[in-house]
Amino acid sequence: MSATAWLLTETPASRRQAAWGQAYRRWLQFRRNKLAMAGLIAVLVLIVASLAASLLALQNPGAQTLADRNAPPSAAHWFGTDELGRDLFSRVLYGGRITLGMVVAVVALVAPVGLLVGTVAGYAGGIADRVLMRLTDIFLAFPRLILALAFVAALKPGITSAVIAIALTAWPPYARLARADTLTIRNADFVAAVRLTGASSARVVVRHIMPLCLPAVIVRATLDMSGIILTAAGLGFLGMGAQPPTPEWGTMIASSRDLILQAWWVPTIPGIAIFVASLAFNLLGDGLRDVLDPRQR
Amino acid sequence: MLRIRNLTVSFRTPTGISHAVREVSLSVGREKVGIVGESGSGKSLTARAALRLLPPGAILEAEELSFDGTDVLRARESDMRRIRGGRAGLILQDPKFSLNPVMTAGAQIAEAWRAHRGGTRRQAAHAAVDLLAQVRIRHPAHVADHYPHELSGGMGQRVMIAMMLAPGPDLLIADEPTSALDATVQADILRLIDDLVSRRSMGLVLISHDLPLVSHFCDRVLVMYAGRIVEELAARDLAHAKHPYTRALLTCLPSLTHDQPRLPVMQRDPAWAEA
Amino acid sequence: MSEAAAAGSPGRPSPRRLLGSVGNLASVPITLFGLVLVTFLIGRAVPIDPLIAVVGDHAPPDVIARTRVELGLDQPLYVQFWIYLQHLAAGDLGRSVMTQRPVTADIARFFPATLELATSAIILAIVVGVPLGVVAASREGSRFDHVVRVVVLAGQSIPVFVIGLVCLLVFYADLGIAPGTGQIDVIYEGMVPRCTGMLVIDAMLDGQWDAASDALAHLAMPALILAYFSLAYIARMTRAFMLDALGAEYVVTARAKGLSRTRVVWRHAFGNIAVPLVTVLALAYAGLLEGAVLTETVFSWPGLGQYLTVSLLNADMNAVLGATLVIGLVYVGLNLLADLAYRLLDPRTR
Repeated sequence: MSATAWLLTETPASRRQAAWGQAYRRWLQFRRNKLAMAGLIAVLVLIVASLAASLLALQNPGAQTLADRNAPPSAAHWFGTDELGRDLFSRVLYGGRITLGMVVAVVALVAPVGLLVGTVAGYAGGIADRVLMRLTDIFLAFPRLILALAFVAALKPGITSAVIAIALTAWPPYARLARADTLTIRNADFVAAVRLTGASSARVVVRHIMPLCLPAVIVRATLDMSGIILTAAGLGFLGMGAQPPTPEWGTMIASSRDLILQAWWVPTIPGIAIFVASLAFNLLGDGLRDVLDPRQR
Repeated sequence: MLRIRNLTVSFRTPTGISHAVREVSLSVGREKVGIVGESGSGKSLTARAALRLLPPGAILEAEELSFDGTDVLRARESDMRRIRGGRAGLILQDPKFSLNPVMTAGAQIAEAWRAHRGGTRRQAAHAAVDLLAQVRIRHPAHVADHYPHELSGGMGQRVMIAMMLAPGPDLLIADEPTSALDATVQADILRLIDDLVSRRSMGLVLISHDLPLVSHFCDRVLVMYAGRIVEELAARDLAHAKHPYTRALLTCLPSLTHDQPRLPVMQRDPAWAEA
Repeated sequence: MSEAAAAGSPGRPSPRRLLGSVGNLASVPITLFGLVLVTFLIGRAVPIDPLIAVVGDHAPPDVIARTRVELGLDQPLYVQFWIYLQHLAAGDLGRSVMTQRPVTADIARFFPATLELATSAIILAIVVGVPLGVVAASREGSRFDHVVRVVVLAGQSIPVFVIGLVCLLVFYADLGIAPGTGQIDVIYEGMVPRCTGMLVIDAMLDGQWDAASDALAHLAMPALILAYFSLAYIARMTRAFMLDALGAEYVVTARAKGLSRTRVVWRHAFGNIAVPLVTVLALAYAGLLEGAVLTETVFSWPGLGQYLTVSLLNADMNAVLGATLVIGLVYVGLNLLADLAYRLLDPRTR
């Protein structure tokens, strides 16, 4: 039996076959969406470029050649040089690494915590639910950037503080999403059946409810990543994120802002990089949403 | 009045074209015709095709599709709007979803009335109350000011009927009008429809999955399966049905009068989908 | 409000599902308390000794000791919090180290400019964004719809400060059709008597039409840029809501009644999403406060956002926390208004 036939069979013989089949069907559906595929490819390129930055960057991003400042794009410097004569192409590549690292760090912190809080609140109900939801509301009550700014100001400006600050403001929507899904699922018959077999609450939540909340969380996380990229860049631009000489895209724009008139490519190219990265995640997220959780907006 | 010949409704799916309605032909005059079939047999789509109210993405093909001489297939949208409501009305299944939640019952009926008869808002409002009385609602003026979520299922369906009768159509298409209602209310609503249709000499197309119900209220019955009409007969001849699907349906009905040790389960013959 | 009442048609989710609103009315005081607590804790988490910020590096030890007692910094944390609450209740947000004025006075001075910017932006965004969303949904899949989706996508992905800089470059430096940064031209500065704090209005009230038009010209670019981002969000949500509504059974009924397309789209479908849309609009306005911070920095707009960022750079924690608290309060207020509007306007919840 060919692999495709095995995956697409209407009568799967095992749970694993059914799971693989469902994943394959979803992949086929995703593949049909051209924009989503473009987003996926862009994200993959971004990841590869960031990981291979040290290989792809032809020059040292920190090497200053003051004689060659603000040079336009040329064969020697593909994106030109910045205000201190550093190669812009290498800096953008390394900046990609930083941005991606920050985004992954935030999501890795935020999604599990949000998922846990949401499922526990939704499943336990009662006081636990109320307390956790009030906590969620408090953090939702701040506009993200503002609270992140306040946090970063209290700690030392830098990448770590920025990541923590963004994470602190980004987790509430995941909790809400997970809770909403949990409330729907926990009344389902199969949950009652599992409990009748003696499963503990923890087991029910972790093994049965959480996996069903995952699609919504994944979609949200991917879409969020574009927002996190923008927030991180915003923090950098305001001087509250990565500090110079670290080649974070927002920081790069801030330090070269005055050059917008003479050497417009110096602040603009990192800006385009931010746009492309954010757009890629948006397209990917939209595509994932259509496949995994079409009811989400 | 309504003439359909070789109607096909298809949808494009990732795995090819799917035909939901296959070469259906029927005609309805000033009589009561019932269309019976299970979920997915294509009965609702047939009804909606007659008014060109298909969902986007649906492909409509037919040799003939006409309403009282007007070619529905090639009619302009403005002509269709005159037919819809004005010449033929459509009653949907569940008033919880088929009535606009943010308009009062009276407003929705008045809107239908004004769209086809013109007149002032006051006249329309009066007509709405009058129509509510005709569908046997006891406090029509009171109900007219209520929102759909404040009404029971039976009342909501009466509002729906009043709304569709307001412009004075010649044909009423009722798509599972009682399937969402309690059993006690079902009979009331059907009798109401029967009464109104008879009094106004209208045609009726009653769509349902309930075979005995349809045979009771209709003159003619069409049985649909997998998008095709498999049998067409007069209601009183139902017991003498010839097609195996119809016979199977009849046999599966539990009966109060005939004792059966075990309810039969229908064995589907793939040939029925082809015939 | 019951979930059933907020439900859409079968299989379609309630628009309320995703609105991270403040919750029911009883929770507002708790949220406000949490807001204040978080702000206070952030303030106390500062590694810099706030004492130094007040008295400077070289103060003699007895001054330090005295100031420490004065500021209550020798007390346990919960006592400090209580003192903080008392100050808040009296409207005292502390003194800004930078301007040497009470923070409340600073905020009163700078907030109207942000209000002017945000309000102009939201009006533009609503007037353009809502119809765009409605028409795009009613013509799903058409070229117009695709254009709207591109506009929305761009608005979600472009960093606002980059567009600000690029617009300054193109329209101010290159084409010369837009005035530069700031709220008004240097020649008019100080000439307009302060009434509402919003220069365009104040100038008009005073009859200084040339100053007013200059202020308007300065307002145009930042407002338009902010409006674009808000518009993208509003159009996206409107389109999403409308797509749901247009798939509902009552729309089939409306069409079956023979109503015109315009009436079906606006009176029936749009009429049903108008109420959740109000909530979205309130959230959009709140989101503008965030965008304003970045835009004000780019355009040197003397609003609360710029006040916040300048205070940040100067580590003026009183000012930072004061501004954060005020913005947080406005945010909570807007969410509350949205919630109330929903309850009042939706006939299902009355």
